[in-house]
Amino acid sequence: MAQPAPKSDYQGKLHNLQKDMIGRYYDSLTAASEGRGKKAVYMMVSGNPVELIQAFDMLPVYPEVNALQLAVKKQSLPHILAAEEMGYSTDNCAYVKADVGMYFAGRKTPFATIPEPDLILCNYVGCNVYLQWFEHLAEFSKKPIYNLDVPFSRNMVSDEPSDDDVSYVVKQLEELIEICERMTGKSLDFKKLQRITELSGETGHLWSEIKKLTRERPAPFDAYFDSVMMMAPLYCLRGTEDGLWFFQEAYKEMKKRAEMREGPLPEEKFRIVIEGPPPWPYLRQFRDMFSRWGAVAIASTYSTVGGIWEFGFQHDPLRPIESMAKHMLQFNLCNRNFLQRYQQIKDYIDQWGADALVIHSVKSCRLFSAGQGDMREYFTKQLGVPTLLVESDIEDPRYFAEAQIRNRVDAFFESLEHQRMLVKK
Amino acid sequence: MATTPVQEATRLHAIFESCREITQDVEFSAAKQWLAEHPGRKAIGCFPIYCPVELIHACRMLPLGIIGAGNQIEITYADSRFQSFVCSIVKSTLELGFTKRLEFVEGMLFHNICDPARNLASVFIRNFPGMFVDYIHFPQNFASPLGMQYLQKEYRRILDALQERSGYKPTAEDLNRSIQLYNRIRAALRELYRLRSEKPHLISAAEQFLLTRAGTLMSPEKNVEMLEEVLAALPTRATRPKDRIRVVLEGSFCELPPVALIETIEEAGCYILDDDFLRGWRWFTQEVPIEANPLHALAESYSERAYYSGSKHDSREVKAAHLIKMAQDQKADAVVIMAAKFCEPALFDYALYRKALDDAKIPHLLLEFEEKTWIFDRARSEAETFVESLLFD
Ligand code: SF4
Ligand code: SF4
Repeated sequence: MAQPAPKSDYQGKLHNLQKDMIGRYYDSLTAASEGRGKKAVYMMVSGNPVELIQAFDMLPVYPEVNALQLAVKKQSLPHILAAEEMGYSTDNCAYVKADVGMYFAGRKTPFATIPEPDLILCNYVGCNVYLQWFEHLAEFSKKPIYNLDVPFSRNMVSDEPSDDDVSYVVKQLEELIEICERMTGKSLDFKKLQRITELSGETGHLWSEIKKLTRERPAPFDAYFDSVMMMAPLYCLRGTEDGLWFFQEAYKEMKKRAEMREGPLPEEKFRIVIEGPPPWPYLRQFRDMFSRWGAVAIASTYSTVGGIWEFGFQHDPLRPIESMAKHMLQFNLCNRNFLQRYQQIKDYIDQWGADALVIHSVKSCRLFSAGQGDMREYFTKQLGVPTLLVESDIEDPRYFAEAQIRNRVDAFFESLEHQRMLVKK
Repeated sequence: MATTPVQEATRLHAIFESCREITQDVEFSAAKQWLAEHPGRKAIGCFPIYCPVELIHACRMLPLGIIGAGNQIEITYADSRFQSFVCSIVKSTLELGFTKRLEFVEGMLFHNICDPARNLASVFIRNFPGMFVDYIHFPQNFASPLGMQYLQKEYRRILDALQERSGYKPTAEDLNRSIQLYNRIRAALRELYRLRSEKPHLISAAEQFLLTRAGTLMSPEKNVEMLEEVLAALPTRATRPKDRIRVVLEGSFCELPPVALIETIEEAGCYILDDDFLRGWRWFTQEVPIEANPLHALAESYSERAYYSGSKHDSREVKAAHLIKMAQDQKADAVVIMAAKFCEPALFDYALYRKALDDAKIPHLLLEFEEKTWIFDRARSEAETFVESLLFD
């Protein structure tokens, strides 16, 4: 039976550390916007060469992270509406609309003033909207753009990119180095890049160790709702001492919890995998819908949009450029095809031990969602995994029909519970 | 023996009607007939927008435009696989597969136009295990020569895969012959567009759409004959100019609008002088050169001499500038943006186009359509109101 959702603020210490660090990151954005800071490079979160940007002491700015912050702070809708006034469609990804609306509203947000870009680096990793989003920002800002073209993983069987794919990305990264050298007037300090790559490598490794802890019963944290808290440092601070420190603390904390058999809920009744991005404007409400059934996510695909480390990838300081290329080509969710995502979810179900799959289908992000009906078909019919599909949005609060989603979630877990009782008898 | 104008008019009419039939035939009889006449040969379906058809043809296979099912089938199965907010062509193409209508093709080629089409390729692989499915990565970095070099390698990969399926390994001469053949088709289509923009009463946009679309469903040998016949007959066609406004149309580069919708816009009082219907099948602004290395010629043409499109992101130039140039070249009174419902690339483009057109003071109208629509009352009245506003302004 469903219980009132318990409050899950157990990771207070980590949460504060995260807030602190990300707060400092946002201060650096504001500083840059006021001309007192570093050169701003707009980039996408999915596989990206942030190590290189850090090596040139430039500042990574992530429009996706800004858009999600706006949604979390319930500030997205006015910007979305302003963008629709300009001609953007209700059917366009609302991340873009929130960002464009914010751009024309003077780039002021409750968390920072976002600097104008000095370079728009479109790391085209899977999502086709990226290309358009950055194409638009380049037109609006009249700032230089470089499309870093990353061949999609079209090898449907294995996920190894071809040598041609790797060398194509490596050569583009070399072009990017030249661009950065021109912009900063400095030549690349390779030793520094190696050190940054080493920090990235260690960070990624710790993150993957943290993720493996949810194989324990109970899982020490929720790999969907709590993972997202750790994603901001992973993206915004990867390659820095701060970023590494955060993950060292996080690992210690989670490991201790696993040893003490503490989970995010008083009792872990169902272990689920969640596929798809969260409904940022209603994250708390969405979480409660699962908590009241004792359902804990032990893995999630969303937490791999910016990189998949738990299956063995690690940045290599001896080969920094190649490992950035590999990260972009192969080791992030966005650049992998749909069938590889099926396999990833299947691995979670098998290796992490899950009872069910929940697909959160969001209208904005067709990269994630288009075709999830087929995914449901595969998991229910072919693999016999109980699967629930609910729809809302990642950014646009207008698409969150709370009562309707709750009814579907309730019906799903009721039936799971019922089946369990039948098996026990 | 010379034909009389009446005979020619009848002949043209017959060609357009047969094209109409071919484009509405979701059993692909024309292609199946070709396969029956050429035992041992195979067909490869090309999902929009652009596909290097020469590679398929040089492998002695038949390239076919598999571009949704228009308003000719009910969607029964595909709706449960792709959500309500995904465009129709993705579902209707999948439905063609589920209803076994694609069993006669050896394979399908997809590419990176948008996220739904990308995921569709995977869904095809899972649901039709016997089918050859591949996905072409068209580079999106042409500011650097690396993009073009990469595309050449990608073509090599695709060609290798195709020749394995066909059992025939084409030579450079084979490839060049195919390039020459498709050059002829594209030249004929360009000439038709040129003629139409000069004398729009001679051939309507809808008629030309039928010709182009039907051409994707027959052998290129037959297609070129048909186009050249039409070209020869058109100049003497006895049709009178009408009092219409001059427009160019943009945004229908992937999902196909129903022919009746194009006719509706024309009847509402528009001469559509240029458009991007089936742009991918007439992709190059000039001939693809004949070279010792045909893959280089194709890749270089893609990067240097291809039309702009919602699926191509070329940071060397501002996309809206092309649209405005097209409108100015055609001395158009207005631009019609006709975007498929839920088509993210077209709808994103619109946001930029709208601003650029406003700045250039070019009137414009946005119409959204779905391939499966039958009734166009709303589009008709919107187009009529738009035309009136221009005529009486
Ligand atoms: S479609 Fe998805 S991945 Fe792409 S920009 Fe939008 S939210 Fe991000
Ligand atoms: S109609 Fe638009 S959204 Fe649909 S497949 Fe074509 S390009 Fe993609």
